[in-house]
Amino acid sequence: MSVLILADQSEGHIKKASFEALTYGAAIAKQTGTTAEALVLGTVNDDLSALGKYGISKVHQLASETLNHVDAQLYAKLIAEAATATGATVIVFSHNQTGKAVASRVAARLKAGIVTGACALPDTSNGFVVRKTVFSGKAFANVRINSDVKIVSLNPNSYHTTAGEGTAEVLQMNIAVDTSRIKVTAVNKVSGEVPLTEADIVVSGGRGLKGPENWGVLLDLAKELHAATACSRPVGDAHWRPHHEHVGQTGVQVAPNLYIALGISGAIQHLAGVNRSKIIVVINKDPEAPFFKAADYGIVGDLFEVVPKLTEEIRKMKAAS
Amino acid sequence: MQLTIVNKNFSMKILVCISKTPDTTSKIAFTDGNTKFDENGVQWIINPYDEWYSLVRAIELKEKDPSATIHLVTVGGADCDPIIRKALALGGDEAFRVNTDSTDSFYIAAQIAEVAKKGGYDLIFTGKEAIDYNGSSIGGMVAELLDMPYVSLATLFDLNGNTATITREIEGGEEVAEVSLPVVVSCQKGVAEQRIPNMRGIMAARTKPLQVVEPAAADTLTSIVSFELPPAKAGVKLVSPDNVAELVRLLHEEAKAI
Ligand SMILES: Cc1cc2nc3c(=O)[nH]c(=O)nc-3n(C[C@H](O)[C@H](O)[C@H](O)COP(=O)(O)OP(=O)(O)OC[C@H]3O[C@@H](n4cnc5c(N)ncnc54)[C@H](O)[C@@H]3O)c2cc1C
Ligand SMILES: Nc1ncnc2c1ncn2[C@@H]1O[C@H](COP(=O)(O)O)[C@@H](O)[C@H]1O
Repeated sequence: MSVLILADQSEGHIKKASFEALTYGAAIAKQTGTTAEALVLGTVNDDLSALGKYGISKVHQLASETLNHVDAQLYAKLIAEAATATGATVIVFSHNQTGKAVASRVAARLKAGIVTGACALPDTSNGFVVRKTVFSGKAFANVRINSDVKIVSLNPNSYHTTAGEGTAEVLQMNIAVDTSRIKVTAVNKVSGEVPLTEADIVVSGGRGLKGPENWGVLLDLAKELHAATACSRPVGDAHWRPHHEHVGQTGVQVAPNLYIALGISGAIQHLAGVNRSKIIVVINKDPEAPFFKAADYGIVGDLFEVVPKLTEEIRKMKAAS
Repeated sequence: MQLTIVNKNFSMKILVCISKTPDTTSKIAFTDGNTKFDENGVQWIINPYDEWYSLVRAIELKEKDPSATIHLVTVGGADCDPIIRKALALGGDEAFRVNTDSTDSFYIAAQIAEVAKKGGYDLIFTGKEAIDYNGSSIGGMVAELLDMPYVSLATLFDLNGNTATITREIEGGEEVAEVSLPVVVSCQKGVAEQRIPNMRGIMAARTKPLQVVEPAAADTLTSIVSFELPPAKAGVKLVSPDNVAELVRLLHEEAKAI
């Protein structure tokens, strides 16, 4: 028996969302009296024994270059084999892009019940019941997994990473990797920016900014906070900002610690993509803007006056502390 | 000049998975001791990812290559029929409904895989996720059950002969990949633009075949125990625009967010 966690990597580094998954998986192991082991696919530069800090006893690595791109078919086969080899009864993923590609495929392969988008530790007092977000964050469902092997994928930013002491034993796996049927011809990373789905802080702009030429005030604030930038759908549709920044029901769903909305009305479809954020700050000149109902803090005012002041005050606060 | 040899005998078969979801503005509430979604007053729609992106892209592919056929599949009860008719009105040729109320992803995927095996499809489209239970699961499962490659979260989809070129979302960017058919693809924004069914389509949909099939035997691996609504927000704390420093203080000291 063990809990096996996929420690997903990108460009040689374990992803932030994976540390959450590792901490979460280790907590499940503790709760069910077993050990937590990690699986790393592909080549990495990080010191994998350091994953011990998150409560991992063993790290299994398959250092094949082929696996540096996620091919769901190859991944599912290897993860299923590793799970069987390590006697895993629980397999944990992050519900990030890799998890979305792979976790359900592993579930079908092993005929293991799966809950995706988990947001809390499973209740194991009577079976195995996992809490997950449904209706785009507007509600939760508690879902029972009935199979022997259980698969859970954890929503990013919903379980706090804790690092303690410890060193994991790193073991190289010896499994043949098939050739991929998917040929990756290009990778376009938005360089130098904080990836939206991983960001702690997101600063987002709507039609209230009036035009792409006005984005400077937003970018300055984002820079001061090391935040990722996002936008409402009409802003993406009008090409004021790149379409991958569009958040909401039909765009990216984010759940940062802090979401700052500038000149966004807070339509229900927008909220569906952001209402899992821990703290929401709204700056809007219309006191009736629906976004204020979903907000923790707000300023009713002209964003072009308020935002530069906000950036300045944050700069001062940082200089003082 | 290079000649492209088109295989005249190849006519592509596309399967589009269609699910029924509550309209995005629906009030979310539960009944029966919080064990059932309250359908009272809810308007049902085709899951936006299925309608706007995967179905429309399939229709565009057929417009380019009229020999292609588009089949639709939905797993659900008779209340799905208006949804599947609307999808047919947009442009599917023929539809299957597997008659069951299951909410277990594996059970649903097994039904879709069963339909897919009989039809021998070259291309299977799903949406990125169903906006009700947010599984993001069906595509991967169907691909596994059919032993096909799976490309998730596609933002662009092009076809050249037997080779699909797909752009998909990865952490902090995109990846472009080529894959030979058959393939299962989950679609999201970018793949196509929303369309509105026209009168001709709506008339034609009435006579298009919709076959109701009974479910195949498959395991149910999960069950929903209960639902919960999040606790109401305490209410917004408003700060005067003349006192922005106070907002920074609150975010720093009270919310510990910066
Ligand atoms: C099926 C469907 C799906 C959708 N999906 C999405 C989605 O995924 N994401 C999304 O965002 N939208 C989505 N929408 C659109 C959504 O309904 C709203 O139309 C959209 O979110 C509005 O964008 P906005 O808030 O930027 O613009 P507006 O609604 O025009 O709001 C602009 C706001 O800026 C404020 N403002 C103006 N000037 C200033 C100023 N100087 N200072 C401060 N405030 C100012 C105004 O008071 C107003 O509240 C969807 C719609 C549908 C029907
Ligand atoms: N009951 C269903 N019948 C047909 N297709 C479905 C069904 N449920 C989900 N799908 C398809 O799978 C996609 C992802 O759904 P899910 O994995 O449930 O989030 C949807 O966008 C649909 O294309």
